[in-house]
Amino acid sequence: MSEFLSPKDLPAALAARAAHPDYIPVAGGTDYMVASKDRLPPPGIINLFGLGALTGVTDLDGGGVRIGACTTYATLLGDARIANTFPLLRDACREVGASQIQARGTLGGNIATSSPVGDSLPPLLALDAVICVASSAGERRVAYEDFLVGYRKIDLAADELIVAIELPAPHVGAMQHWRKVGTRRAQSISKVMMAAVAHLDDGRIADIRIALGAVADRTVRARATEDALRGSAPSEEAAKRAREALRGEITPIDDLRSTAEYRLGVAENLVRRFVLSL
Amino acid sequence: MGHASNSSEEAKAKGSVGKGLARVDGAAKVRGTARYVDDLKFPGMHHGLTKRSEVPHGILRGIHKREGFDWSQVVVVTAEDIPGRNTILLIEEDQPALVAIGAHVRHVDEAIALIAAPTRALAREAHGFLDLEIEEIPAVFDCEEALSAEVNVYGDDNILKTYLIEKGDADIEEKLASCDHVVEGLYRTQAQEQMYIEPQGMIASWGEDGVCHIIGSMQCPFYIQKAMRALLALDDDNLVVEQAVTGGGFGGKEEYPSMIAGHAALLARKAGVPVKLIYERDEDIAATTKRHPSVVRHRLGFDADGTIRAIDVDVIFDGGAYLTLTQVVLSRGVLHAAGPYKCENTRVRGRAVATNTPPHGAFRGFGAPQTTFAYERQTQKAAALLGMSPFEFREHNMLRDGDRTATSQLLEGSVGSEDVLRAVKEVAEANPLPKDDPATSIRHGRGVAFYFHGAGFTGSGEARLAGRATVALAEDGHFEVRSSSTDIGQGVQTMFTQIAATGLGVEPDAVRVPTPATDRVPDSGPTVASRTCMVVGRVVGQASVALKNRIESWASENGFGDMPLRQAATAMAKVEGEISETVQYAPPPGIVWDDETYTGSAYPCYGWAACVIDVRVDTDTYEVAIDRCVHAVDVGKAINPVVVKGQIEGGTLQSLGWALWEDVIYKNGKVANDRMTNCIVPTFSDAPEMHTIIVEEPFANGPYGAKGVGEIPMDGPCAAAAGAVEHALSTLVSSEGFDALPVSPEAIQRAMRLDS
Amino acid sequence: MNIEVTINGESRSIETEGHRRLLDVLREELGLVGTKEGCGEGECGACTVLMDGEPVNSCLVPVGQIQGTQLTTIEGMAGSDGLHIIQDTLVRYGGAQCGICTPGVALCAKWAVEKEPGASKERLRELLAGNICRCTGYQAIVDAVVAAQNSSESSHE
Ligand SMILES: Cc1cc2nc3c(=O)[nH]c(=O)nc-3n(C[C@H](O)[C@H](O)[C@H](O)COP(=O)(O)OP(=O)(O)OC[C@H]3O[C@@H](n4cnc5c(N)ncnc54)[C@H](O)[C@@H]3O)c2cc1C
Ligand code: FES
Ligand code: FES
Repeated sequence: MSEFLSPKDLPAALAARAAHPDYIPVAGGTDYMVASKDRLPPPGIINLFGLGALTGVTDLDGGGVRIGACTTYATLLGDARIANTFPLLRDACREVGASQIQARGTLGGNIATSSPVGDSLPPLLALDAVICVASSAGERRVAYEDFLVGYRKIDLAADELIVAIELPAPHVGAMQHWRKVGTRRAQSISKVMMAAVAHLDDGRIADIRIALGAVADRTVRARATEDALRGSAPSEEAAKRAREALRGEITPIDDLRSTAEYRLGVAENLVRRFVLSL
Repeated sequence: MGHASNSSEEAKAKGSVGKGLARVDGAAKVRGTARYVDDLKFPGMHHGLTKRSEVPHGILRGIHKREGFDWSQVVVVTAEDIPGRNTILLIEEDQPALVAIGAHVRHVDEAIALIAAPTRALAREAHGFLDLEIEEIPAVFDCEEALSAEVNVYGDDNILKTYLIEKGDADIEEKLASCDHVVEGLYRTQAQEQMYIEPQGMIASWGEDGVCHIIGSMQCPFYIQKAMRALLALDDDNLVVEQAVTGGGFGGKEEYPSMIAGHAALLARKAGVPVKLIYERDEDIAATTKRHPSVVRHRLGFDADGTIRAIDVDVIFDGGAYLTLTQVVLSRGVLHAAGPYKCENTRVRGRAVATNTPPHGAFRGFGAPQTTFAYERQTQKAAALLGMSPFEFREHNMLRDGDRTATSQLLEGSVGSEDVLRAVKEVAEANPLPKDDPATSIRHGRGVAFYFHGAGFTGSGEARLAGRATVALAEDGHFEVRSSSTDIGQGVQTMFTQIAATGLGVEPDAVRVPTPATDRVPDSGPTVASRTCMVVGRVVGQASVALKNRIESWASENGFGDMPLRQAATAMAKVEGEISETVQYAPPPGIVWDDETYTGSAYPCYGWAACVIDVRVDTDTYEVAIDRCVHAVDVGKAINPVVVKGQIEGGTLQSLGWALWEDVIYKNGKVANDRMTNCIVPTFSDAPEMHTIIVEEPFANGPYGAKGVGEIPMDGPCAAAAGAVEHALSTLVSSEGFDALPVSPEAIQRAMRLDS
Repeated sequence: MNIEVTINGESRSIETEGHRRLLDVLREELGLVGTKEGCGEGECGACTVLMDGEPVNSCLVPVGQIQGTQLTTIEGMAGSDGLHIIQDTLVRYGGAQCGICTPGVALCAKWAVEKEPGASKERLRELLAGNICRCTGYQAIVDAVVAAQNSSESSHE
């Protein structure tokens, strides 16, 4: 018999997690149910969907937000704070799967699966997200970049759950830009994605953060590219330097969905277009 | 809400031919009460599963039941359990139902053994404990490589079939050499998955009386009957094949269902209970037939004024490991390869080649899309070379009434070629392409295609087939149309209702078109080749009129002259027993076809079509979006305009999908993208708004003038889309970049790279 | 586990294992076979049902998650007085051909029209993009949904 637990609150969920390290936490189930198809039943499921403490968007001091791990894409799309302050994340959510996936899929599930093609991941990285993780022993906060430790690997222990994602307020006047290049226009797996945040000071790029998906074993910040741009005026010349830097720092692959050449070329073009748009 | 009308006259008018009568099966489908095969349950039913080869080529040495599983819970079937001949009979007997020990395995995912268990989970578990021992031998996957015959898949040269069409006395090389210009191109198209949304499935059961009953998702019940006769060693009295409501086919449920039916029947026979065999999506994508990949070399010779003078085409289709329907598909491919253009000197050569991939088979268009893609790319290039507009070049060369085709068939009537091209041209000219803004990454382009599609079976096919249909008064007082034509979504039941209601002069409610079962309907031939409306519809119409006349004369002889037909019929049936009329198809006179020389009337008539596709190409991401899609199709007569429009739109999107996104990727002969997440088809957001124009140039021998519409929309949009991308990027890339499908973003990038 | 749920307005109590797919429980235990399986992986939308009013792929919902929710399946879409307006327009405009995608399309369209009454055609296409139809080319479905939208607008006036 496979057990199905629906803990009533976070402490109960964490207690269940500690007591049953072999049980699978399930939020929207949109990744889990596909992965478990045609497999033997799991020893047990810890159902997190709709758990109050893990759901919804709340304000943080200083203008940021805290997003419960089990918040769905649909909820995020309906949230005015996200639309106004983090249009980058909103735009990414809008392109995840289609309506049915958006109704169930959660931000925490996307982070936990940590696929290199996870669509919310580049925006979170570019927006300097902090991941809040908890176990019965307490909560810890990790910068998202440190939380990503390898191909589909995150810094999460067997007794922990992701509880929330915190996004600090972006720089006033910063430009946020999202571009997903997928296999088709909807219900599509990404071939390349770029999330970029930048602001200018006196006509020069004062700060820029570029996060890319589907071009490496995990979602990555294009640090050398950012360095090549910081301090320059947005121009073809700057874009050219950025492209060169980018070529040196990402290592896309060929797979069923696309080619390394395509991913690299498109990533370069997207970076260029973003620079020229500033 | 219903469709209750005030008067039966009004109902009659709504249901008559030419009106958009709401689909007769529509209410059940929107309510979810239509029953597809997976919705059916039988007492004691078990679930079947297929054990398949993982190697592309080899010799089966053993099938081993591993220990650690209680084998008494399940039934395992192998070739030894086959009571009849181990073959899926269609054209030839080359394809086994299950590979026997010691015999050749010829493709990955070939069926080797079958399992039935009370639950799917148990069947799956047994599947994991069943081991196959196959001695692998070298395999060949590329159809051009297979021609060198180092690896033997079929016969001694791997050639499944060849054709030659020749027209004109001159030597084709000399003729080409004498033209002012020759455009030469090499075109490649990929396999395409039908991706009907209902996966394939069958349920088989054996009665106490020894009758085998098969029900499932299918296009051609009599094909299955024929295959089962051989496999199960049964005569037709002991065999009933029935169609369940079928969730799409597009050709994909033409030949493969015989395989599944056979497997289900073998399992049910051994298990002694009904067995349901439903394919999972990945299994369906991996194992069932797809559109034939093709390589087409095309040379088009023309003069400076744009007149086409010589055409030479060499067509190669990859047939996969067995013949299945390949020779018929290739036939249609070569018969369309010269295109709807006048030309005195033509040569078309066709070869189908066997490889170690799962067999390719029927898919809407049936060989014509591959060759249409090639000749319409050629036309586009020729027009560009001469600086002529794409419309002008086509108008100059198109076949018109009174012209002769590549097989020297004289076109007499029902030639809508000028009308369809004019219709799309008018829309195109009223809607010029937007100007490109060089500051953005967006480039606009327009592509045109013009094409034809032979309606019905090739040559003497219909005469040989002699399809029949019956219209009868059923016991409950409805008129029943009995034919083997299956409604797989294309609206047969609705069209036949309208044809019969019009022929009988009754309201459509009085007519019923049940799903066919081989013991209840005559063989009207398979539901393929856009023949259903034109051929079977015609005999349904004739039977309806004959029945009406018979009832009316009986009524007037017996003093019931004023009685409405239905009442009179009921009165007549009380006296005469069941009343029905069966009509056999008589091909129009004057159809002469020579199978030896491939000359004469290849088809009773042709559908004609033209389309214009406007695209937007993003030069940052190489993505293509379709901004406009105008498609005009000459269908003879639209029996039901809503149904006809639906056929055109559905076919158009399949063609556009094939052109831009859809692909089947093989790794070592195995389909590597066997899921809907990676074997993609267009979504709502990828599909354009469609502007569909129905043109009616009636065909004298079709019912009310109707000819086929099912396939033609698949043929041309692919070429128009490739042409549109080429046009959008014409300053950036040379046209060879768009000679292979799909014109994917990766391909566009490669083309732009190579050129810069 | 025991599950209390409202399906098509009727309270049901189901004894089953929570990890099973909602799709299987609907089809196999409850006989609601109007919900179709096209892929089993969330890709095609044929298995769409409405859960607390939102469209979900029932092949991706572990049935334990329906505890206490309201479900609408295709069997519950028509009222006692006839077809839902979207069902009616789907039939009239030719939005259902083979019909296998239709239950999912109809339910998702109902949700879309209620959620965004004035949605443009393009937006409707986006909202419906999780439902694959291979027969219609989508045009007749879009036309049907727009027609339903228009007639429900006029009935509000
Ligand atoms: C048809 C389809 C289309 C899709 N399209 C996209 C797309 O366009 N872009 C995209 O990025 N993704 C896509 N996905 C993938 C998926 O929907 C997303 O990754 C989604 O965000 C997963 O969230 P979930 O809540 O459903 O995860 P679940 O399936 O519930 O969980 C996924 C994994 O995360 C773990 N987990 C979940 N929540 C927590 C938590 N709070 N703490 C610790 N572990 C947790 C689970 O144990 C499980 O291993 C698609 C999936 C499908 C089926
Ligand atoms: S069966 Fe659930 S989405 Fe396809
Ligand atoms: S009607 Fe056949 S898949 Fe939509």
